[in-house]
Amino acid sequence: MADGQLDAIARACRVQIIRMLTHAGSGHPGGSLSVIDLLVTIVFGRLRHDPRRPDWADRDRIVLSKGHAVPALYTVMARAGYFPESQLVTLRQLGSPLQGHPDRVALPGIEAATGSLGQGLSISLGMALGLKLARSPARVYCILGDGEIQEGQVWEAAMAGPKLGQPDHPLDNLTVIVDYNRIQLDDFVAKILDLEPLLAKWQAFGWPVQEIDGHDVAQIGKALDQAEAARGTPALIVAHTVKGKGVSFMENNPEWHGKSPKPAEAIAAIGEILGVSEAAWPDYLRTDATTRALVDELGALDPK
Amino acid sequence: MPAKASRAAFGEALVELGARDDRIVTLDADLSKSTMTARFARTYPGRGFNLGIAESNMIGVGAGLALAGKIPFVCSFACFVVGRFETIRISVAYTGANVKIVGTHAGIAIGEDGYSQMGLEDIACLRALPNVPIIQPADELETRQAVAYAVEHQGPLYLRLTRQSLEPVCPADSRFRLGRWLTLRPGNDVALIASGGTVFNALEAATRLQSEGVSAEVINAASIKPLDEDTLVRAATRTRRVVTVEDHSIFGGLGGAVAETLAEVAPTPLKRLGVTGFGESGDPKGLYAKHGLDPAGIAASVKKFLNR
Ligand SMILES: Cc1ncc(C[n+]2csc(CCOP(=O)(O)OP(=O)(O)O)c2C)c(N)n1
Ligand SMILES: [Mg+2]
Repeated sequence: MADGQLDAIARACRVQIIRMLTHAGSGHPGGSLSVIDLLVTIVFGRLRHDPRRPDWADRDRIVLSKGHAVPALYTVMARAGYFPESQLVTLRQLGSPLQGHPDRVALPGIEAATGSLGQGLSISLGMALGLKLARSPARVYCILGDGEIQEGQVWEAAMAGPKLGQPDHPLDNLTVIVDYNRIQLDDFVAKILDLEPLLAKWQAFGWPVQEIDGHDVAQIGKALDQAEAARGTPALIVAHTVKGKGVSFMENNPEWHGKSPKPAEAIAAIGEILGVSEAAWPDYLRTDATTRALVDELGALDPK
Repeated sequence: MPAKASRAAFGEALVELGARDDRIVTLDADLSKSTMTARFARTYPGRGFNLGIAESNMIGVGAGLALAGKIPFVCSFACFVVGRFETIRISVAYTGANVKIVGTHAGIAIGEDGYSQMGLEDIACLRALPNVPIIQPADELETRQAVAYAVEHQGPLYLRLTRQSLEPVCPADSRFRLGRWLTLRPGNDVALIASGGTVFNALEAATRLQSEGVSAEVINAASIKPLDEDTLVRAATRTRRVVTVEDHSIFGGLGGAVAETLAEVAPTPLKRLGVTGFGESGDPKGLYAKHGLDPAGIAASVKKFLNR
């Protein structure tokens, strides 16, 4: 798929992230908006999967270890056809398979229950090893938060990754991506517990490391290619991202880690994501019926 | 007193106690805004430590600080801090380190975040450790007293706190004491034993039951371990029916503790109310209704249990 198309999908997904979080009245916009370009590039650029057969043995797998960003994954899954897009607004509601954090049992297509940070990389190693042992061509993509990698278990897995399965079954079917948005829950990562020198740490553990702009789909695609080309080892991509990317008042602001926008904020956010200036917004809404309907839908929600 | 979350009362109490006792320090794992220790850290620079998203390390550092004479409060969501059970088991409990473990966001009452953020097995885990008392206060007053007690208590201890606001339920002259329960409402037909956020609902249920001719005693079991055997056995012997009500797994929590004691000391028909499966996302009210922990659900379960 062309880069322009991926960008367009990512934009549409950002709008849906804002929409579903506003309906839910809670959730994590910052980390969802920072990871969406990565997810879109993986899923629509290369993932070998079949939404009608989520249990297909040779499917590629995505483990979203930073599970609180699952709204981003839901928007991508809906678009890929795992469930109807209309279901997105049931996020976090009683009985919805769209749980606040990923639930593998409730929603086919989710590969692991995450939400307790630090566990996804270990699961990904196990999946990658299992696929190798089964001689499956499938790949595993694991996405970590930067704050998340403060967890000790991540470093146990990091130490094991390049060693596990050697020499007959090296985990070169595993691509790990760090969403390096520099913010965690309480504050900026550098203020809580700095990760630097991050690349050197992973390299010292034996990982080939690439560093990219995690919002540039061309760079993401190239890095994913290169990771896939690596033989005999899993590969790491450090993706520099902006928490809250695409919404000016959310960008780089720790406040927006874990709170949902109010309807008025959501509408302003959607205007920004679509790249429409305030002056042009009324005209835009007159010509774009879909956005008009969405704005009406959000406007009808409880303003608090 | 207006309703207040026990985590908020904890954060305030800690600031007050911290002025009098400079041994008190707080440790967090990137949830200091949620555990409400952030104010302590701001008030007393150099005494609040945020160790990042690394709960095992936080607990271990807490143990070390305790061995060096400090009184560390190690804080996170109940699921994450008690999730590092084996670190607690050896570094804190077996070591006999004077660490106060604080688990907030207890139960399904946290709502929308869903199961992965809900403390639902923390009591079961820590009940198995011989020297870790478990305290779950039911309102602001009791929380303040429990925090003060935690500072006095020599040795490890677990405080289980709520995200949601709690209505006042304890009389103004009541005092928290370890191993002592508080009878909040007398009754003859059944004893409802609740703890933390479910105490208020049990009281509401008792009011409903009253209007339907059932006289329910309501007991606030803030001291889950050790439990108050005297009060339990006396209530069980008099009412001959016991119902436990807790926002925790049905396995190994308050209900489990009550069942063990009654079976040994005073066998009495018992109904345990709590969470039977995994938790899930939803609005807290709806979740409580689904799991039968709201006043109507409790009252219905009691009537069924009594065959009324
Ligand atoms: C084990 C564990 N501890 C604490 C939390 C609470 N929590 C949820 S998100 C978060 C911050 C995550 O920061 P980061 O990994 O950088 O994610 P992002 O910035 O992409 O949102 C924390 C501490 C958790 N989910 N799991
Ligand atoms: Mg981050």
